[in-house]
Amino acid sequence: MLRLEKRPNPSKFWLYATPVVAVVMTMIVGGMLFAFMGKNPVEVIRTIFWDPMFGEFAFYLRGQLLVKAGPLILIAIGLSLGFRAGIWNIGAEGQYIMGAICGAAVGLAVYPTESRLIYPAMVIAGALGGWAWGMIPAILKTRFNTNEILVSLMLVYVAQTILAKASTGFLKNPEGMGFPGSRNFSSYPAAANPELVAGTGIHWGVVAAFAVAIVGWVLLSRHIIGFQIKLSGQAPRAARFHGVNPSRLVVLCMGISGALAGLAGLFEVTGPAGQITIDFNVGYGFTAIIVAFLGRLNPIGIVFAGILMALTYVGGEMAATNLGLPAAAIQVFQGMLLFFLLGVDVLTNFRIRTAILGVK
Amino acid sequence: MDIGGINPVILVASLMVAAVPIMLAALGELVVEKSGVLNLGVEGMMIVGAICGFMAAVGTGSPVLGFLAGAVGGAALSLIFAFLTQVVLANQVATGLALTMFGLGLSSLMGQGYNGIKPPLTGKVPFGPLSDIPVVGPILFNHDWMVYASIALVAAVWWVLRSTRLGLIVRAVGESHDAAHALGYKVNRIRLACIAFGGAMAGLGGAYVSLVRVPQWVDGMTAGAGWIALAIVVFASWRPWRVLIGAYLFGGISVLQLSLQAGGSVIPVEYLSMSPYLVTIVVLVIMSSGRGRASLNAPAALGQNFHAAR
Repeated sequence: MLRLEKRPNPSKFWLYATPVVAVVMTMIVGGMLFAFMGKNPVEVIRTIFWDPMFGEFAFYLRGQLLVKAGPLILIAIGLSLGFRAGIWNIGAEGQYIMGAICGAAVGLAVYPTESRLIYPAMVIAGALGGWAWGMIPAILKTRFNTNEILVSLMLVYVAQTILAKASTGFLKNPEGMGFPGSRNFSSYPAAANPELVAGTGIHWGVVAAFAVAIVGWVLLSRHIIGFQIKLSGQAPRAARFHGVNPSRLVVLCMGISGALAGLAGLFEVTGPAGQITIDFNVGYGFTAIIVAFLGRLNPIGIVFAGILMALTYVGGEMAATNLGLPAAAIQVFQGMLLFFLLGVDVLTNFRIRTAILGVK
Repeated sequence: MDIGGINPVILVASLMVAAVPIMLAALGELVVEKSGVLNLGVEGMMIVGAICGFMAAVGTGSPVLGFLAGAVGGAALSLIFAFLTQVVLANQVATGLALTMFGLGLSSLMGQGYNGIKPPLTGKVPFGPLSDIPVVGPILFNHDWMVYASIALVAAVWWVLRSTRLGLIVRAVGESHDAAHALGYKVNRIRLACIAFGGAMAGLGGAYVSLVRVPQWVDGMTAGAGWIALAIVVFASWRPWRVLIGAYLFGGISVLQLSLQAGGSVIPVEYLSMSPYLVTIVVLVIMSSGRGRASLNAPAALGQNFHAAR
């Protein structure tokens, strides 16, 4: 009979090994799923994980990788701060939408003025939009002790209806022949978020993601706030004796993650998506939760996790067009990855011992 | 007797139908939380129950088998959660979220090719002349059997939790797992059973959405009902009969906003369709703050994993 024995300290080796083991296990079980669906598992896995990096169309797909990884990394770093402190913001999707709407609204309000100040103003508006949407669950939690998980999630549905209203109503393109959706930012240079280096997919959002990863790492490992966040998560009682104000931490973590999600939304809507449409959001806010855990809630780890998750998106699209793999299969694949990660994580905190009979 | 283009009798009758999925799911989650486990995967289990029930009902032509399959599907999915949180002691919040994401993906994968099909009709319970009584008839005696079954389940869960040995054990495990362990109860096994029950109930609720409430298969059709069910457990402060009240309240709001939309109300459609979610938030705020703090009644070991050191 197998038995778990708690380690006095989390294993350093398994802390870094678990994501790798989880990815490998997901590939194996995912491959079995694909085989069950009548696809060649080796071919599917190769299409998802190898071809976008080194395949025939890699020169194009590698750029797509960063386009998808950018928002995932931005959102996941924000979420990881809260997750470390035991503050569960799972409404990043809503904050992402609201950031996009607020930022886009600023740009569209001054259309067709050309000025260098427009895009920075939009970026600020996007961050503020996401921040404000994240503040709602934060304030309700600190003032009324309301569960932030449920409130932040409910606000995703609210944000989606506001998005529907925006794309068919107040942000609709007046010259759009009645089609839903805002003006396209690609034809409005002052407010657009173009590719900075041709062929790499790098736009301002990707630059921001890497910058935030560095700042996040410094914050967590060198700054007192990072220490307070980690302390609150691991030993809430000790944190209170240390003088950490839990309410301040909630407001801070929710605010940062909201603002970063809002930023991601703005960069997406002005760049790759191009316009506000009813379904421009593709669930990055939820996938970012997986990215945050896969990156071990560590900013540098999140960068790698974000790129890996982007790989499943890009490769998944490839597999959909070339091999007819349903898009939902990728969603299952991503969910499975989180399962395996959480499951394998037992090795970080516990040793597995074979119990001697009778001495249990 | 219409008020603002809405017939109150029809409104009450249809809110009883609308409330069934969230009532079942919330009731299951209530038992899970009473045993000290927070399963945030209700939405995922509901949607998997919805597609499993739909596939079985379409395949066999029997709604009863459909509901059964929905319950089995939800319970099967919940066992993944049970394994991860009770055997390898993973974080309950994160695992619950993973369950929802996985369930949404899995259901849409399973449901391919099932769009646009009508499921077999779930029959109404024949009450004979009773259903012809004005006002009372349509409200009380003109529903399918699941409406009555859901109310019976509320009564059953209330009775089991309040006055049986089994209920006492479940509550003990949820209030203090150490004490329950010391008494010789297998904490993790009891929780595992509760999680499976919660999964079956969520699956049943999901099957009701796809077989009766909508009735067809659409991707992501539960549209947050699982999350509202989680909120209702807080609203009910972990008391079964209040789950019934909460479910009828939310059923009422969703039916009311739909009939306002259909009736061409002056309020824009978008604002109406966000109302159930906004009301959930308002209710959570009221229930969590001030003197009537719902959290005071929460099971003491809610969300904490149990690892027997000895």
